[in-house]
Amino acid sequence: MILEIKDASFGYSKRTVLRDISFKVASGELFCLLGPNGVGKTTLFKSILGFIDVRGGEITLNGENIRKWSKPRLAKAIGYVPQAHTPPFPYTVLDVILMGRMAHLGLFSSPSKDDVKIAEESLETLSISFLKNMIYTEISGGERQMVLIARAMTQKPQLLILDEPTSNLDYGNQVRVLLQIKKLSDEGIGVVMTSHFPNHAFLCSSKVALLNKNGFEVGTTDELITERNMRDTYGINVKIAKVADNHGVNIRSCVPLAN
Amino acid sequence: MSLSTASDKRIKNSGVAADAPSKVKVRKSGLVLVILFIVLIVVFLWSFTVGRFAVPLPELLTVFFRKMFGLPTTWSDTTETVLFNIRIPRIIVALIIGAAMSASGAAYQGLFRNPMVSPDILGASAGAGFGAAMAILMSGSALTIQLAAFSCGIIAVMLTYLVSCLIGKTNNSVLILVLTGMVVSSLFSAFISLAKYTADPNNKLPEIAYWLMGGLTSITAKNIMLILVPFMIGIIPILLLRYKLNALAFGEEEAQALGVDTKKIRFIYIICATLLTASSVATGGMIGWVGLVIPHLARMLVGPNLKFMLPASVLLGGAYLLLIDDISRTFFTVEIPLSILTAIIGAPFFIYLLAKGRNSWT
Repeated sequence: MILEIKDASFGYSKRTVLRDISFKVASGELFCLLGPNGVGKTTLFKSILGFIDVRGGEITLNGENIRKWSKPRLAKAIGYVPQAHTPPFPYTVLDVILMGRMAHLGLFSSPSKDDVKIAEESLETLSISFLKNMIYTEISGGERQMVLIARAMTQKPQLLILDEPTSNLDYGNQVRVLLQIKKLSDEGIGVVMTSHFPNHAFLCSSKVALLNKNGFEVGTTDELITERNMRDTYGINVKIAKVADNHGVNIRSCVPLAN
Repeated sequence: MSLSTASDKRIKNSGVAADAPSKVKVRKSGLVLVILFIVLIVVFLWSFTVGRFAVPLPELLTVFFRKMFGLPTTWSDTTETVLFNIRIPRIIVALIIGAAMSASGAAYQGLFRNPMVSPDILGASAGAGFGAAMAILMSGSALTIQLAAFSCGIIAVMLTYLVSCLIGKTNNSVLILVLTGMVVSSLFSAFISLAKYTADPNNKLPEIAYWLMGGLTSITAKNIMLILVPFMIGIIPILLLRYKLNALAFGEEEAQALGVDTKKIRFIYIICATLLTASSVATGGMIGWVGLVIPHLARMLVGPNLKFMLPASVLLGGAYLLLIDDISRTFFTVEIPLSILTAIIGAPFFIYLLAKGRNSWT
């Protein structure tokens, strides 16, 4: 699988938010999008997912322009994990996850036993089987985020798009969710996600895109997450520190400075 | 990950110890549907045995049996007339209106992601009321009134839809649709008031007022087609597409990402729910509460998954309105208008459901 964005511009009816964006994401890559609030990360996602039309340029999946694809066809290729929120009705967790099968079902059908099996596998992969019969609106925010990831996995997409999957999560859950996403990408799914923390990119990304007022740049974490780039992007001073983990492997961390 | 107990694995949210969510029993939703169907049949048969010209159950079954096989009649002509011209049409219409109002209520609640929505949200009831009032002013026949009410109900919703499409091109189309529906509703309510104001207070005004209060007193075999046909056209797509409607509870974009063509689904559901609502109001008057309360009750019994919840609403709604109509024609010497009974019974029942429900909406 290869997702390619070619010289695309994104925006809403009256204004263009992003211009001339190009990048590629292949299977097994974890692509992390960093950038300040309001720079257009969500707009970019909405365009890839077909919620809003691309203004110039094109988005292709395995070389085919996805602009005219039907919703079910697109959903079979690209899974979306939104930020966890509460729906108005108390669905069970299994109900929510089974909705991931919707794109694979006929217009008039509902999930079969096979679909339930696929949903249960997703629950097991994420080690959240115990949530299966609980009420989705009553579980914690971290659990809801995991359920949404399970739902996207149940969709069996080639590409997963996650919009700030760690927002609203406590420190431990942020890391747990990120490691789970990394595992999915190691298993061969292409992943595109946004984050507000450069450290999240250090933890799991294979590729980083930096989106700021100077433009759009794609590279490795080493190339792009530098003290200068962080100052340019977020307007704060940071120090990139190197520490060795328990196995002597170097890991890097981005630490904000008070002065 | 290590194999630990379920409670160890629970992911806690930002340090606040959440209440342990209740682990619900796996619902036997299919069984509940069968029970509801049996309840509906019982209420249906019982309805014949009450009221004036009550037909006892054995005689009723004999009539059905002999009619089915074309055997000679063993019952009086009065029984024949009452049963086939008055009782059966009225019972069937009550069933259809209850089922239609509940189905469109359930559909609209899912469509607009809001459990407070009732079938008149887009102006169908107010439009139908206005159509009926106009037809009464012009001394139309019962059938003309029904037809005028039906058409004006449809026109009101079309107006809502077109206006909201014009002003809400970009985003938040659902909110704009609902707000436009409120505007159109109150506009048509004003038209109804205007019609009442200009009506002759000796005959037309009371006729309009009685019509608006709702009731099935004047239902005969003639009225059935004008509700049966829209009911069939409306209910079939609503039932067939019901699983897809679940996705809309998560919002427009998430539903699209799940592979649902939200624009198409929403359009089909609005058309079908409007057919159901407009034909019901045109036949039985402005009967409130059913479309709001019954979906809540259904959700409480079988859960929010529309695969079970919509059929449950249809069965419950039919049985409920039939029961209310039985009460309306038997408990008092004068028939009580349906809208009064549905409100008097529906309001406290709704409060009970709210009190019994979870913090999140039932």
